[in-house]
Amino acid sequence: MSVLLDKARLRQTRITGGVLIALGVLIAVFLAPDAPGVATFRLSRPTDVWPVPNLVVPGGAFIYVVSALLAFMGVRLFLKGGARWSALILGIGLAIAVAAFLVWATAGKSFSLTGMLQATLVRAVPIALGGLAGVLSERVAVVNIGIEGMLLAGAFTGALVGSLAGGIAGLAAAVAVGGMFGFILAALVVTYRMDQIIAGVFINLFVLGLTSYISSQVFQEYRALNNAPVFRAIEVPFLSDLPVIGPVFFNQNIFVYGAFILAGLATYYLFHTRLGLRARAVGEHPRAADTLGINVYRTRYINVTMAGMVAGFGGAWFTLGSVGRFDEGMTGGRGFIGLAAMIFGRWHPVGALLAALVFGFADSLQQKLALLRTPIPSEFLAMAPYIATIIVVAGVVGRARAPAADGKPYVKE
Amino acid sequence: MRVELKNITKRFGPVIANKGVNLTIEPGEVLGLLGENGAGKSTLMNVLCGLYDPTEGEIFIDDKPVVFDGPGDAIRAGIGMVHQHFMLVPVFSVAENVVLGVEPTGALDHLDLATARAEVERLSEDYGLAVDPDAIIETLPVGVQQRVEIIKVLFRSADVLILDEPTAVLTPQEVDEFFQIVRSLCEAGKAIVFITHKLNEILEISDRISVIRRGEIVGSGDPKELTRPELAEMMVGHPVDFDVARAPYAPREVILDVADLTVLRDHGAVAIDNLSLKVRSGEIVGIAGVQGNGQSALIEALAGLRRVASGRVTFDGTDITHISPRARHRMGIAHVPEDRQRAGLIGNFTVAENMVLDTYYGPPFAKGASIDWGRVHADAARVAEEYDVRTPSVFAAAAHLSGGNQQKLVVARELSRDTRFVIAGQPTRGLDVGSIAFIHAQLMAARDEGDGLLIVSSELDEIMAVSDRILVMFKGRIVAEYAPHIAPLDKGEIGLVMAGAAA
Repeated sequence: MSVLLDKARLRQTRITGGVLIALGVLIAVFLAPDAPGVATFRLSRPTDVWPVPNLVVPGGAFIYVVSALLAFMGVRLFLKGGARWSALILGIGLAIAVAAFLVWATAGKSFSLTGMLQATLVRAVPIALGGLAGVLSERVAVVNIGIEGMLLAGAFTGALVGSLAGGIAGLAAAVAVGGMFGFILAALVVTYRMDQIIAGVFINLFVLGLTSYISSQVFQEYRALNNAPVFRAIEVPFLSDLPVIGPVFFNQNIFVYGAFILAGLATYYLFHTRLGLRARAVGEHPRAADTLGINVYRTRYINVTMAGMVAGFGGAWFTLGSVGRFDEGMTGGRGFIGLAAMIFGRWHPVGALLAALVFGFADSLQQKLALLRTPIPSEFLAMAPYIATIIVVAGVVGRARAPAADGKPYVKE
Repeated sequence: MRVELKNITKRFGPVIANKGVNLTIEPGEVLGLLGENGAGKSTLMNVLCGLYDPTEGEIFIDDKPVVFDGPGDAIRAGIGMVHQHFMLVPVFSVAENVVLGVEPTGALDHLDLATARAEVERLSEDYGLAVDPDAIIETLPVGVQQRVEIIKVLFRSADVLILDEPTAVLTPQEVDEFFQIVRSLCEAGKAIVFITHKLNEILEISDRISVIRRGEIVGSGDPKELTRPELAEMMVGHPVDFDVARAPYAPREVILDVADLTVLRDHGAVAIDNLSLKVRSGEIVGIAGVQGNGQSALIEALAGLRRVASGRVTFDGTDITHISPRARHRMGIAHVPEDRQRAGLIGNFTVAENMVLDTYYGPPFAKGASIDWGRVHADAARVAEEYDVRTPSVFAAAAHLSGGNQQKLVVARELSRDTRFVIAGQPTRGLDVGSIAFIHAQLMAARDEGDGLLIVSSELDEIMAVSDRILVMFKGRIVAEYAPHIAPLDKGEIGLVMAGAAA
């Protein structure tokens, strides 16, 4: 019956196979001859409790092995099919291609792998929290384009209140202001049924304009207003001494821990509680929820406000979690990448977190590669997270399924 | 539990939807509420289940007056409604849907799905409603989804169940099963309100019938003493002729030849699977089948709105498989789409504009790049008159017409041209008896003039009333053919085939 369907799948597998073969050839031709010597990856510092020896990889040989592996997987897919595994194989292929690239860039030098992984988590934080905010609001069918603005508002408030009243107060204020913008978005789209995209864009532009004005006019003059304390890393006793895993996961600041804890809490809330079930029902079939006596509007208000609070917390990372001062437009599109992480993560909090880690990896990779002085201009490397976003969204979005009522206002009869 | 509606009036602005309605619902009894679409049945029931506030009048439960502030109150009072369009969350499981809104919970608001499952199992055993509590709704057939809706209402310990057009989506076999469920609910002492516009069904299942017309109760009675024509007359306000007049069956040459047609759905699944059929001039071929078996894709493919994956469509000797809708139009193919509001007309356009959507671009309506509006309006007025489209003027927006008049407008546009072949999808869905008779007569007239017609409908009664030949579609294939001029039709048998018995 599904001959045509099989044909379509076969073609997709062939394309995937072709991509892998091409990747293998490119790596063999361009990277392998240009990788003299060994690449040294440092896994621990000499001061660590349990030092781990460095990972030493012979450059050329490793790259040739990778390109052979890629070619093998590509040819196999091309000839034998195996559509079920093609997504997984493509994922593995891309991962080892990135490894080959890293070895090429490091060949003849040494590079802290643990440091990069640590930075991956740090850089994933605003994206993960932005994605989580997206999940919370889109699960009740409110498209939240305003996350970028909510992050920026959180960053600004964190810096201002943090400078005046200390880190904890700054963090609380950032969460509150984020929640306020969530509430404003809910009011605009739920009560006044404004177009959700326009309402979100309005929040982004409003916050960008206001914070830029104040930071250029006021912060320039009174620098003390923009000099907040930074939350230091907290070592988890014992666990932080573990090699590699310790510094990556257990020696971070509260924003990293917060992102993981919030993703867990949100999963419990959405999928294991009464209120979560109701929230998801409102996102999938609001009229059904209404006929069962669930207050659709109130549910949307609460969830979108919570989303704003999560985004406000994520915004505080930019100031209180890293540099302690606010700069104009410092969120640099992380809110939008967060939305991509939400889609990539299939509207699931843990999925969004994992997707954010992929983007965080791309982000920290470009940052570290810049230090290695590769021949690639740093501007191109800086594009890496965005290119990863485009590839991921274009490749995955067709298959993921948004909440059925996503983006649609609900009109009570 | 005894429910009484006393003198209920519901106004929406200047529009009166219900006027002075009195109704009593007794336990252990099926009250049939008969009325055409737009007669005010659903409004009345939405008042009863708390979705609307009545403008005037009162509701009494066991002789005590009650006021419902939202559906939650009505549910707590023991009144549950099964809506015509199911109120189920497609991606949730059966158990999740059943408990939604009244969930059993543990500490930390934890959802207790084990209890929910057990409750669903208990109810499905008590009332003979077989369902798997862990099944995801969207994977279930509509008949089972309806059982879930009933379990949902029972879980809220409803004593009065309002069933709004419950059989619209069911196959004849599922209707039989459904009636058994209704009877077992009655035996358990529940009161049932059965809303429908189908005369046969209301006569079969009800203990008492009330007929509603233009928002008022116009008659009540015992189904044993009432006949179909009497009920129909009460429902529409004038005598109704049920038989479609037709000339003897005299088919001529094959005009449409569909060979090995395969068509895919939007996401690549197969909708039409290697289907072949022929339609001759001067005959009506009816496609029967449960919705979702590829009928929509067939219509779209024949009208040129959906790409054909493989196979061939020949019209009067010409290959039309891949030609544009306009080219098909010019060859004399008319298309009455399944969904008049989405595909049949443009709501914000006037009646006249809608009337020339297919012909505006050429003579006599267009001269070069400009449209001769005088001509368009005069012509539209003439055609509207001829096809009984009741509209204040040809300048009224199509969206403001009633469903029946919208459909007559679409039929008028399509058939008023010089046609040779007509594709019609659900030509009378949701229409009143009078409009149905009119549209059937128009289709029959096209047949008698020598057009070939292919009619798709999920109403088996309609297919049986108009067709010269009946093809049954199941999972994208034609699985059976019946011809009333060869052997009399057996509705039960066709129903079984529709449900897949022959596949």
